[in-house]
Amino acid sequence: MIDYSRVLNDTVVGIKPSGIRKFFDIARTLDGCISLGVGEPDFVTPWAIREAGIVSLERGRTWYTGNSGLEPLRKSVCGYLKRRFDMNYEPDSVVITVGGSEAIDLCVRAVINSGDEVIIPMPCYVAYDPIVRLCGGVTVPVVTKAENGFRITGDELRAAITDRTKLLVLPFPNNPTGAVMRREHLEELAEVLRDTNILVLSDEIYAELTYGGERHVSPASISDDMYARTVIVNGFSKAFAMTGWRLGYCCGPDEIVRQMLKIHQFAIMCAPTTSQYAAIAAMESCDGEVEKMVEEYAMRRRLMVDGFNRMGLTCADPNGAFYVFPSIESTGLTADEFCEKLLYAQRVAVVPGTAFGDCGEGHIRASYAQSVGQLSEALRRIEKFVKELKS
Amino acid sequence: MDKLLKLLKENARLSVEEMAVLCDRTPEKIAEQIDELTAKKILLGYRAVIDWEKAGSEKVTSIIEVKISPKRDFGFDEFAAAVARFPEVQRVYLMSGGYDIMLEILADSFRDVAMFVAKRLAPMDSVLSTATHFVLRTYKDNGVIMGDERTDERGFSL
Repeated sequence: MIDYSRVLNDTVVGIKPSGIRKFFDIARTLDGCISLGVGEPDFVTPWAIREAGIVSLERGRTWYTGNSGLEPLRKSVCGYLKRRFDMNYEPDSVVITVGGSEAIDLCVRAVINSGDEVIIPMPCYVAYDPIVRLCGGVTVPVVTKAENGFRITGDELRAAITDRTKLLVLPFPNNPTGAVMRREHLEELAEVLRDTNILVLSDEIYAELTYGGERHVSPASISDDMYARTVIVNGFSKAFAMTGWRLGYCCGPDEIVRQMLKIHQFAIMCAPTTSQYAAIAAMESCDGEVEKMVEEYAMRRRLMVDGFNRMGLTCADPNGAFYVFPSIESTGLTADEFCEKLLYAQRVAVVPGTAFGDCGEGHIRASYAQSVGQLSEALRRIEKFVKELKS
Repeated sequence: MDKLLKLLKENARLSVEEMAVLCDRTPEKIAEQIDELTAKKILLGYRAVIDWEKAGSEKVTSIIEVKISPKRDFGFDEFAAAVARFPEVQRVYLMSGGYDIMLEILADSFRDVAMFVAKRLAPMDSVLSTATHFVLRTYKDNGVIMGDERTDERGFSL
């Protein structure tokens, strides 16, 4: 008989599966459970986008596209980045990928050699570290602090840099903390990075979802030096409610993107054609739809922040994405215990902060990609749960 | 004000505190705005949306098209105001097209609808003709889809 343990790749075997699987399995068996564990919009993709996808199928556009993606889409992406974030990219510097996730994978794989270090602010989205490890790289976590608004500071970055540092991941607006980096914070990092050979992977998937009037600022737009050392990763999932279409993109310096394209070419061939046609509509005619969704998220965000603070779970005002990250330390429970007990007692599913790195202990992530009615009911249930814990 | 009305239209059971947070106002301001909207007769009431079929009720909904001949002192508005006073009449609209007034009736039985038309509506002076349509099934009412059992298909994701 074959001995699978001798077949498998050691690094892959060493990677822990996502810790929230168990909650998802429990939640599915409970009737009337409200899930705040989702990481995707509750909105359906705007009709104009869906229609463009349907039309492309009706016209029989069912072939592969060029490896880097449809030229009209890459042009629209450049137009969109200029219009929305004042960034200058040429269609040739853009690769259309299978979600932002693939773009992250491409960037890390294109630059990391065995032993190279990657600085990652934590808590953060769960995919960066496993990808770094698959490439033989080493993750250097920088734990961001609530008192700094969960931002990485210049001093923290400087302290983390070594001779082996190759890449800095900037996952802002941040999942799960909702933190954003303003221009002045980015300038501080730019100062530290100047005269180094460190590349920046800026994951801007939540760029459209910022609140309080200030738009997202990309590190690539800070200075010529930062532009030259930044690969931006973005996608259609969060801003255009297109998670199931699996479409994202990256853009950056030609020297890097050209290498990323090679991996994409051999691993994927091209992103889904129907999704690419649909995405042109997203880039060209959906600013209004996005603004409506953002307005709705902003309203829900206030409800969540207020609700958690009211019940004694300190919750900072997140400035981006669609999550709140309240502290549950006052309950005396670990994040894992809190989530499991809450799920059984009140049928509300939230994600323990530890799913986003050990430093997430003491916090939970609750998504507000749910209707106001559901959020308001979920908050009532959580409040009841917290009250019963304290009595 | 528009935001508040939109919230109330979607869910009138939110507390003043919740509406205040959602609209980024103080609860006092929201209470004041609701009072003002009520006083101005912009906010006219809060009603539940009921799936009568599921509730086991035999209630009958019907739509009645009415053609009328407006009189000098009894025009469309006067006619509409008069029929609106019948308790079984739920909605009254002045219409463009082939008839003038549309009524929605909620009655306990088909017979009650028939009696309403025969005894109350048809004898009115201005009425030229009526056409009664019975609702066989309600699929959506007041923006709410009846028996909508779609569940949240989204899984956990990070």
